[in-house]
Amino acid sequence: MDQTANAPDRIAAELAADLDAGFAALFAAYQNVLFSTALRICGRWADAEDLTAAAFLRAFRALSGYDRERIASLRIRPWLLTILLNASRNQVRTAARRPREMLDAELPELEARGASAEAQAERHETSRELAALLGRLPDRQRAAVVLRYVADLPIAEVASVLGCPPGTAKSHVSRGLRRLRELQSDRVFGDDRVLQTEGENPR
Amino acid sequence: MTTDHDPLLAGLAAMAVPAPGHLLDAVAARWARVPGPAGDVFVATTDLGVAYLRTAGSAEEFGGLFRARFGRPLLPARRPPAGLLTALRTGRAGRVRLDLRGLTPFAASVLAAAGTIPRGETRPYGWIARQAGRPRAVRAAASALAANPVPLLIPCHRIIQADGVPGDYVFGTSRKEALLRLEGANLDEVRGLAVTGTRYLASDTTGVVCFPSCRNARRITPAHRHGFASLTAAGRAGFRPCLHCQPA
Repeated sequence: MDQTANAPDRIAAELAADLDAGFAALFAAYQNVLFSTALRICGRWADAEDLTAAAFLRAFRALSGYDRERIASLRIRPWLLTILLNASRNQVRTAARRPREMLDAELPELEARGASAEAQAERHETSRELAALLGRLPDRQRAAVVLRYVADLPIAEVASVLGCPPGTAKSHVSRGLRRLRELQSDRVFGDDRVLQTEGENPR
Repeated sequence: MTTDHDPLLAGLAAMAVPAPGHLLDAVAARWARVPGPAGDVFVATTDLGVAYLRTAGSAEEFGGLFRARFGRPLLPARRPPAGLLTALRTGRAGRVRLDLRGLTPFAASVLAAAGTIPRGETRPYGWIARQAGRPRAVRAAASALAANPVPLLIPCHRIIQADGVPGDYVFGTSRKEALLRLEGANLDEVRGLAVTGTRYLASDTTGVVCFPSCRNARRITPAHRHGFASLTAAGRAGFRPCLHCQPA
């Protein structure tokens, strides 16, 4: 998802030259990865917009206090995603949000895509279902899976964002995937069984 | 295990979405340089409205002021916000939206009260403190006016000393006086009355007492005009406070 391979260096140079113009370049290069991550972590479109805007604003305020060398040495993508995840934890804390209950939200983004109606509907269905399943993962596994496969980060960056060793990040990712597959196969047998599996007091 | 073969991974990859187009405007403000009633001014606008207006020698200087106060990125605007030029020319904010986030509730009340003073009129500092709900907080009200993020659009220059002296202004006291004269405020008359101890004018045809800059006070013909040093004295003489300028 990092469209331009040389983006980090170019953006660091632009930030060092002119913070405001550099920020516009930074925003253009990373808005999609931040927004996608935000949407798949918090589950609701409006919350994802707020969260992404808040993260970019925090990033700007931090950058205002950094000197040229510090900016040049930043690994921008994981740094931004770390800010996003911290902001999301605060948002969840302050609003006492329950993301799990919100993940079946509408997915307006799909209408904007150029795919054929049929493919779109199919993808819509898949995304909606996957979004709901993602919401059932423990926070860390969800973050790991979203960073690795939605945001398309290499494991080293996932680890850096989660603040853990790469091996740990890898196991969060693989446990998350395994859990998703279990949930998916449960779904095949109908919602009753999912509910039973998920229920607090199975009889 | 690549995304080509694994439907789960392909499904996850397909969950990446483009950010909505308006997102940048929720983060960054936009600046423009526009003609004002006393020289060019710079304005910064967010998605909610005009957030900041200042005079500055350069866009860089304005950007520095803006960043220090708001901590937001500032990018060039394609065009000034709708209605701004008219608002600056006429001295009425009109349909210009303002972004006043970040003000204290008291400062917000002070500025809201300042926004009600019509062009060509003035009010004393004590009046605005009272309108904002803290009659004794005259100094605090003056500070809130001095920190007005959007002077001209919220006409803080229309609050002057009770003796008719313009007093402090975010763009300097001489600009304040020039602006008030441009708007046709009767500064000299207010000052002349204050010298003789007159702070209020009453009309015996309407039975109403006003600030001397009130449009109702300026209509009183000399034969029917009565001056008072205090509202108490005017009240004793049977006059009630004007509903337009609200001296009490």
